[in-house]
Amino acid sequence: MSTLTLPDDPQLRERFSELKRPLTPQAATIEANRCLYCFDAPCTTACPTHIDVPGFIKRIASGNLRGSALRILDANILGGSCSRACPVDVLCEGACVLHRQGRHPIRIAQLQRHAIDSFHASGEELLKAPPASRMVRVACIGAGPASLACAAELCRQGASATILERRALPGGLNTYGVAEYKLRAADSLREIELIRQMGVQFRFGASMDTADDLRALEDEFDFIFLGIGLGAMQRLNIPGEESDGVMNALELIAEYKTGRLRELTGTVVVVGAGNTAIDAANAARRLGAETVYLLYRRGESDISAFNFEYEHAKQEGVQFLWRRQPAAIRRGDHGQLLLDTVQVREVDKKLLPIPDSQFTIACNLVVPAIGQSPIAQLMREACRIEIKDGGIVTDRATGRTSNPRYFAGGDCANGGREVVDAVADGKRSALTMLKIAEAVYA
Amino acid sequence: MPDIHIRGFAGSINAPNPFWLASAPPTNCGEQIMRAFDAGWGGAVWKTIGEPITNVSSRYSSADWQGLRMMGFNNIELISDRSIEINLREMAEVKKRYPYHAVIASLMVESKREAWHEIVARAEDAGADGLELNFGCPHGMSERGMGSAVGQVPEYAEMITGWVKEKARTPVLVKLTPNITDIRTVARAARRGGADGLSAINTINSITGIDLDTFEPRPNVDGKSSHGGYCGPAVKPIALNMVQQVMADPESALPLSAIGGIETWRDAAEFILLGAGTVQVCTAVMHYGYRIVEDMAEGLVGWMRSKGFASIDDFRGLSLHRVTDWKNLNLNYKIVARIDEKKCIGCDLCHIACWDGAHQCIHLDRASGPVNGHVELHPTPADNEARTRDSITVTPVTRQERAAAFSKPGPYLAPIARIPRVDETECVGCNLCSLVCPVDQCITMVRVDTGLAPETWEERTRGAACVTQPQRS
Repeated sequence: MSTLTLPDDPQLRERFSELKRPLTPQAATIEANRCLYCFDAPCTTACPTHIDVPGFIKRIASGNLRGSALRILDANILGGSCSRACPVDVLCEGACVLHRQGRHPIRIAQLQRHAIDSFHASGEELLKAPPASRMVRVACIGAGPASLACAAELCRQGASATILERRALPGGLNTYGVAEYKLRAADSLREIELIRQMGVQFRFGASMDTADDLRALEDEFDFIFLGIGLGAMQRLNIPGEESDGVMNALELIAEYKTGRLRELTGTVVVVGAGNTAIDAANAARRLGAETVYLLYRRGESDISAFNFEYEHAKQEGVQFLWRRQPAAIRRGDHGQLLLDTVQVREVDKKLLPIPDSQFTIACNLVVPAIGQSPIAQLMREACRIEIKDGGIVTDRATGRTSNPRYFAGGDCANGGREVVDAVADGKRSALTMLKIAEAVYA
Repeated sequence: MPDIHIRGFAGSINAPNPFWLASAPPTNCGEQIMRAFDAGWGGAVWKTIGEPITNVSSRYSSADWQGLRMMGFNNIELISDRSIEINLREMAEVKKRYPYHAVIASLMVESKREAWHEIVARAEDAGADGLELNFGCPHGMSERGMGSAVGQVPEYAEMITGWVKEKARTPVLVKLTPNITDIRTVARAARRGGADGLSAINTINSITGIDLDTFEPRPNVDGKSSHGGYCGPAVKPIALNMVQQVMADPESALPLSAIGGIETWRDAAEFILLGAGTVQVCTAVMHYGYRIVEDMAEGLVGWMRSKGFASIDDFRGLSLHRVTDWKNLNLNYKIVARIDEKKCIGCDLCHIACWDGAHQCIHLDRASGPVNGHVELHPTPADNEARTRDSITVTPVTRQERAAAFSKPGPYLAPIARIPRVDETECVGCNLCSLVCPVDQCITMVRVDTGLAPETWEERTRGAACVTQPQRS
């Protein structure tokens, strides 16, 4: 099955035009030449996948664009989506030594994108070892970044990898969950096409809901990698949550990215203040909602969203309601959607409602965005894997779980981080599996 | 206010300042030169006048460096393609309107006494304040027995200078080509021929590059190229060396107009410190226009004021005799590198430069504990790098993680583990680290007292020749 199956939607393209325009070739060369070429560079260390940043940047400067892209993909097979989705302020660009000189950091993400885009434009494929040159068969559950990275590394080294995905398209949150103006679903799929060409097998519509499903996999494969992400979004646990006008943030993002949700009107209230809440609020604005409130039970300084995301939301026209909690969702006399809210204050780390502070917002949509719940229950029971706080316990350096046949990485193991963290997890697991197989073979 | 007027250069040339335009496209015609004088240039050497030639297109190419344009510049353009009459008529006009500016006629004719006599007379009749004999042009003209074909043969240079001097009433400058083993041989010949001054250096033979798609060298003329003349910022160190060689040689030294990569007042001051009386500029003007002279004049005056120099002669040649033969350098002078931990940004370029390109004495051991001594005692750069590549990093997603990741790394700007340290017991004082360091004044070279009296190689080996045969190096 091809991974390139998403129709082009001009309206989506226009409303969610990319935040950052790509560099022109000459601008990329000039920017690349600013790089000091640090030794044992802090940007490389700061990157969870340890991309050789000065190495790929110097290759851009010299005009060796193919070499630059290969250098990136060698460390991070999803280097293209990471260049768009990574919060580089707190990663490579945040670590750039030029900050210490009061200078602008190198625009690493933009340069990385330039190299990868050129590679895609050239139509070249990645080099890989002859298929089945290593007798290791691995199943990766979930087609998100962790599994993709794991499978790609395995195939690159000649092992065989099969990705099992419940949905119709691969990529996980890369395809369904990253704001379209940062990473277009089409770009995510283009990148995965490269991985498919390396020999990674995909099985779509495959659900792993029972212990029997997993037993069957154990019979077919040597190792199983769990890249299952987090579970459904957490509920608000307030009356009326089941009503029509409620759609959680991930659902909203996936719906508009796949073209099923094309228009919003009136007032939208997003509950929560993480990066996903911001993505959903911005999306609501771009989809046409006149008023978008972001409701958060604590204050501005407590939000978990990155600073640049918060600033971006303000520019998009999102309005913030601080220290306010949803109390109930109901229908008004004329059928309109009403969200009852209450002001709260923090006393000894507890949030207490302030009397007589009730306030009702008439709105068209309520979007809960207060995080995802862990999913790992089945794994504990069916695979005898240790779970802690809802996450799969792994040895981070190797990706190993408490069951030697199972590995895990990405959000289900790290509690929910970035694409680049999932890639690093998946790759480390693959390398461990290859090492084990090598030892057995020897 | 310091005075930067030039008075009586090479005998009788006066100018409001030492900044002259070299004989080149910026001095192609009178209209240009008058605008240049309006912009502030003190003098101009007219684009070489001779029997008009036919040029090719294209004519120029450049060596760019790390995205910067025209680090080096190259041309295969010949002398003036305009008639002698037009050039000289315009020269007379310029002199009439700008009597206090220096107008020098650059000349090149075939190597016949009568031809030189005639052109000298005509240029002086047009009002030229001096003559510059183009013995340097390295391309095209040299194939016809002119330009550097003269400048590379001391006998020819001396002979033609002599012919010119028979006729000339104004100062005669000989422009020297650098495309010769020892520039002094021609400088001496010019002096023997009676030259009043020198201009140095002309352009250096070059091919600036090859197109990797078409395999055509640059500049491309219908698929072919030719050896061009190289100039611009890249040639300045070569020009400084040659100017110093000429000015330090008693048989060569004459009033000298320095040429070669001069773009700012700093460049000009350096040439004057080596003995030049005026400077000539071309590439920088071709890049940015006549307007650059404003800062050149202002900057030089400002620097002179800060140093207490009242005139150009106050500092001319001050550095000339600080260049000496290697054998006269003090072997007991010792410096070591010192890294200012307060300024270090942790790029660690000095560490890798010292290990791979110098003497393996800059280490990353401030955190682990300083170790002095020979190379075997220290982890290699590869060891250091492997350690960080094995580390596991995660994105700081919570506020607390971000605060921890971006908290001040210690007492200094950079984390202590990334601030390199110099093992002064092994440092040879080569300067490399201070040259690669991107931060001003972060790595300084500090003198250490060896307790030994100054001693040169010459002094150390004096008398040794009596016992052993001199060795070939």
